[in-house]
Amino acid sequence: MANAAVRVEESQHSLQAHVLAPAATHAKGQQHPIKLYLVVWGWLFILSTCSYLVDYFGIHGNLRWSLICLFMILKAGLIVAVFMHMAWERLALAYAILIPPVLVLVFVAIMAFESDYTHLLRVIFFAPTA
Amino acid sequence: MAETALTNPGQPTTPIAGLRGIAADWSSDQRAFKNVSWGKAMMWIFLLSDTFIFSCFLLSYMTARMSTTVPWPNPSEVFALNLGGKHIPLILIAIMTFILISSSGTMAMAVNFGYRRDRVKTAALMLATAAFGATFVSMQAFEWTKLIMEGVRPWGNPWGAPQFGSCFFLITGFHGTHVTIGVIFLIAIARKVLRGDFDVERRGFFTSRKGYYEIVEITGLYWHFVDLVWVFIFAFFYLW
Repeated sequence: MANAAVRVEESQHSLQAHVLAPAATHAKGQQHPIKLYLVVWGWLFILSTCSYLVDYFGIHGNLRWSLICLFMILKAGLIVAVFMHMAWERLALAYAILIPPVLVLVFVAIMAFESDYTHLLRVIFFAPTA
Repeated sequence: MAETALTNPGQPTTPIAGLRGIAADWSSDQRAFKNVSWGKAMMWIFLLSDTFIFSCFLLSYMTARMSTTVPWPNPSEVFALNLGGKHIPLILIAIMTFILISSSGTMAMAVNFGYRRDRVKTAALMLATAAFGATFVSMQAFEWTKLIMEGVRPWGNPWGAPQFGSCFFLITGFHGTHVTIGVIFLIAIARKVLRGDFDVERRGFFTSRKGYYEIVEITGLYWHFVDLVWVFIFAFFYLW
């Protein structure tokens, strides 16, 4: 039922698209205040400085890795959401583009497992015997 | 048939919220990406494939680093510079990061001015972006030269695990290539903007399709992606 309603709506819209002048369709586009970009730019600077300071002050161990990952994900999120306008795209596009890279984490897990095993073999069989 | 060949997006359909909307879009027997032009959708799909390429590079780097029994060289020390008599760790990479972020900022504003049909400001901001990009590539060239002089090779280096060199040259080299292509892309589009191609909807010499200011946003997508990849390289290769 809902599907049929969507289709009717679709055809109405495409009719309108034919009738309306094309100028009306591409006069718009992503319009956001410049201030938004400047604020995001500022945040990217702050986050980059923070991640540099992690190295500068020589923070080590789990704290280092979690901080690096946190700043990295925040920066990536800001760039994709605001600069690349993903926040304003339809979910059908956003999910199609954003879900597959997340699934790479499975590959990461497989390779982490594999390299642990390789490391173990190297330690056992190729350790320097001196 | 004519409907699918439209190059500019049709009128926006009112989106249905959440997962139901995704199902409706994907199952609508038409194009799935409504009110997104083919150019933008294709750029996104290209960027997705590029994401996989860079993911594989970073993954192979992870595998090499996790499985080696030789200590990994400390990037903080390897990329340190002596500035004004002071030894500052990783400073060159930090400056490069800031330059690339700045270029992303100018690019985002160029897209904005493009949609406002401000020809001169759009072109100027795009050229500024290209200049930042060129600066970034030159600093990378400097970094490569420095490391090669210090004896880093794809098969070995003076400080530790021999895989360091091959990972470094592959990952930063591929990223640098992307930046270089982006600079060329930016200059080409900025020239078209400045000439007023998108105000008169002049047809492209290669595709013979009408040009719209949307190409500035598509160029921007590529450029922001290059910045995005650097965020991950900076975190995983230089900071880790």
